[in-house]
Amino acid sequence: MTFSPELEAKFEKLLRSYPPGRQRSALIPMLMFAQDEVGSVTPEVIAEIAARIGISELQVREVLSYYSMLHTKPMGKYHIQVCTNISCLLTGGEEIWEQARKKLGCGHKEVTADGQFSLEEVECIGACSWAPAIQVNYDFHHNVTPEKFNALIDSLRKLH
Amino acid sequence: MADSVNLTIDGKAVQAAPGTLVIDAAKKVGIEIPAFCYWEGLTLQAACRMCLVEVERMPKLMTACTLTVAEGMVVRTETPLVAEARKSMLEFVLTNHPLDCPVCDKGGECELQDMTFRYGAGEGRFDEMKVHVDEKQWSPVVYFDAPRCILCYRCVRICDEGMGVDALGVIYRGVVSEIAPNKEDHLQCDECGMCIDICPVGALTSGMYRYRTRPWEMEHTGTICAHCSNGCKTTLGTRNGQIIRGNNRDKSGINGEFLCIKGRYAFDFNSHPERLQSPLMRIGGKLEPVSWSRAIGEVARRFTEIRERGGRFGVVGSNRTSNEENYYLQKFARQGLGTNNIDHRRTGDVPALIDALAGRTGVLATVKDVYTAKASLVIGSDLAQQHPLLAYQLRANWRHHQSHTYTVTRGPVREDKYSVHGVRVEPGAELGALESLRDQLKAEPELVILFGDAIKGEAVRRLVEFGDSLGIPVKYICLVDYSNSRGAVDMGLLPHLGPGYQGVENPGMSLPEMLAAEDLDAFWVVGANPLEHNKLAADRAFVVVHDLFLTETAERADVVFPAASAYEKNGTVTNVCGEVQHLRSAVQTMGVKTDLEILGLLSKEMRINLGMWTPESVLREIRQTVRGYNVALPVIAAGGAAQSLPLNGRVTLDSRPELIQSAGDTLFTSGTLGRYSKTLLSVLEYPGVLYGEAAEPEADRR
Ligand code: SF4
Ligand code: SF4
Ligand code: SF4
Ligand code: FES
Ligand code: FES
Repeated sequence: MTFSPELEAKFEKLLRSYPPGRQRSALIPMLMFAQDEVGSVTPEVIAEIAARIGISELQVREVLSYYSMLHTKPMGKYHIQVCTNISCLLTGGEEIWEQARKKLGCGHKEVTADGQFSLEEVECIGACSWAPAIQVNYDFHHNVTPEKFNALIDSLRKLH
Repeated sequence: MADSVNLTIDGKAVQAAPGTLVIDAAKKVGIEIPAFCYWEGLTLQAACRMCLVEVERMPKLMTACTLTVAEGMVVRTETPLVAEARKSMLEFVLTNHPLDCPVCDKGGECELQDMTFRYGAGEGRFDEMKVHVDEKQWSPVVYFDAPRCILCYRCVRICDEGMGVDALGVIYRGVVSEIAPNKEDHLQCDECGMCIDICPVGALTSGMYRYRTRPWEMEHTGTICAHCSNGCKTTLGTRNGQIIRGNNRDKSGINGEFLCIKGRYAFDFNSHPERLQSPLMRIGGKLEPVSWSRAIGEVARRFTEIRERGGRFGVVGSNRTSNEENYYLQKFARQGLGTNNIDHRRTGDVPALIDALAGRTGVLATVKDVYTAKASLVIGSDLAQQHPLLAYQLRANWRHHQSHTYTVTRGPVREDKYSVHGVRVEPGAELGALESLRDQLKAEPELVILFGDAIKGEAVRRLVEFGDSLGIPVKYICLVDYSNSRGAVDMGLLPHLGPGYQGVENPGMSLPEMLAAEDLDAFWVVGANPLEHNKLAADRAFVVVHDLFLTETAERADVVFPAASAYEKNGTVTNVCGEVQHLRSAVQTMGVKTDLEILGLLSKEMRINLGMWTPESVLREIRQTVRGYNVALPVIAAGGAAQSLPLNGRVTLDSRPELIQSAGDTLFTSGTLGRYSKTLLSVLEYPGVLYGEAAEPEADRR
């Protein structure tokens, strides 16, 4: 499997960024970049990255399945991750989650019919100080309320 | 650093070497600290917190599995605080556990069940729904029931560190974390079942044993594996005359917890539907069942007649029958039939090694030496495939002691992953390749050399000369194939050597010569299958075969005796390192007799006096008369291994080393016997390849 020249260059650099024998440190960034380009972490991507780093496919899958930002199936253009871990839970995270399901009409790890949005309930995303928090692709949104959530989705919809 | 550290555990004074873990120090004085994730010899995980103990002047409870002993340390392992903590840990462990003990294979010997019982954590306060995942089958051998798993990582570590296979991992996280196999929905591995037996709960279960019995309903018999030459102890669990399980959870024997797929699961040949259960005699051209007395009578009559007219006998012994049977058979041939035409399938040049090392002491390595030696050299063997226990020992030696391993092989082997130096050679060029290792080997403090059938005849002498020239202590292991291949040689199943490597006056015919001799009058095969790939030239020879099955050889027989398997007899066998161990009968099959009994009955019928034919009396004679076999009886009787040391003199050598050839069995084959193990035939990896180690993952990745 080959990737775009830009991604190939990134991989090359990543694999050179760690001391010999520590190439597996490049695993997470490689998976994320590959996902951005391919759309999801497909079995081919798993096999390719395992071969390039020199680890087993199972070792790739261990990491891949641990992190909520990595997906094996294509997600929506906007992937909405709602935290319901402890800080967010205490400050209304569950209401945000319910609101999100209603607003988007899809559930956990599901994609809307038009392919624009996907939803995921996630564990702590490290934004406890501004709980409840959600993440849209790589952007964080803090102190979310159901109203703010609706407004956010509407504004994203308007972009089309 | 002080030589030993003094500490107190539960009021008992304990001395332990610096660096010892508190959990091990406690065990030494008979105090068992509960542990789910800790396993002696594997890396530390500290995942379960069951081993929490109170330590004076430490602010909180400590995990005894990671805490090393310190001078003056005061440890308490069973205080109310500790009990409370363990109870709470169990409550967590049980949040998603299905508590299906009544149907779980592990019930009765489950560490979680025991601990829950001990700490009274039967009731939980969690009222959420339990996470449920359906059970999965990963191979004919391995099943996984995720909800029972307590995520101790023992299976992951034993597979990676112990076996060097690394087929298991953990996917997802939090409450939905799950153990996963290397091929997404199935396993491609050694199918050894180490992961299953090490699992503290019933999350990993075996296809052979699951739902067939409860542990307390079985009888347990410790005996020796019937397959390869490594001589692992396997504890057979039997019920209603059937072997249901093989394992070694008590870690007794030279193999500790180790067993490969053959020792753990390939006992199933024993109850194969094609087992012979009645003597067969050729009547009107067809093999028909007859009574024992008729079969014995017929063979005795024909043998006597052939002997009296000076006819030619050819006798073939087995790589799997006991020492007592082998000894008695050669005595029968030599004294009873008056022939030295006796041989077996030779798989390694042990006589040449015994000869080359004549007169020395401390030069034959044991299975333990492979674990302790500072350096090892493997020549011409795919150890992980052909000698699984030795490979396990070697790997453990490297993990625990950073020992140095060198390999000289014709293809990739698992040992390459950690060996200091691996040399690839064309078959036949092994000896020459050693020169390139000379300087490195010279710098080692000691060495164990393990060599396969590539080194035979004169090459063995030259190998020993090479060893001598290194100027360091060197020990040797001559690799042979099957469970008693070594005993067959030691007991004199050879045309030119009697028991204990004593030369005989008129050497007889070798096996190939017997097969080619058109004038052979009788061909007697005790537990071997020489006609699998060969033809017997003497069409008119009277052929007698002892076997468990109607093999190619048995099909050609005039009389077939149904023989008892190694799991159905008492006696001794000698492993690849010359270590003598006890076979114990675990089950009986209707209609069969042990080869020793068949030999005894035949000798009686022929009025030949060869002495009593009980295993005990023959062993007594072996200990008295066979050089190197005066081994300590109590050691063997107690289930231990005693090394035989037949190095007391020069040995007459056969000038045809080409007669020696390993059968090249893999992890999943075991000669003719292996063909009757459904388990071996059922795994995806069957029949396996030698020297295929590195090729697989690469091909897989494309
Ligand atoms: S059966 Fe053996 S090789 Fe296979 S996963 Fe279990 S421990 Fe690993
Ligand atoms: S399957 Fe068994 S050994 Fe493996 S992590 Fe789970 S409980 Fe531990
Ligand atoms: S290594 Fe050999 S002796 Fe040990 S269990 Fe496997 S086949 Fe049996
Ligand atoms: S708990 Fe939601 S961001 Fe930490
Ligand atoms: S045994 Fe110590 S934490 Fe598991």
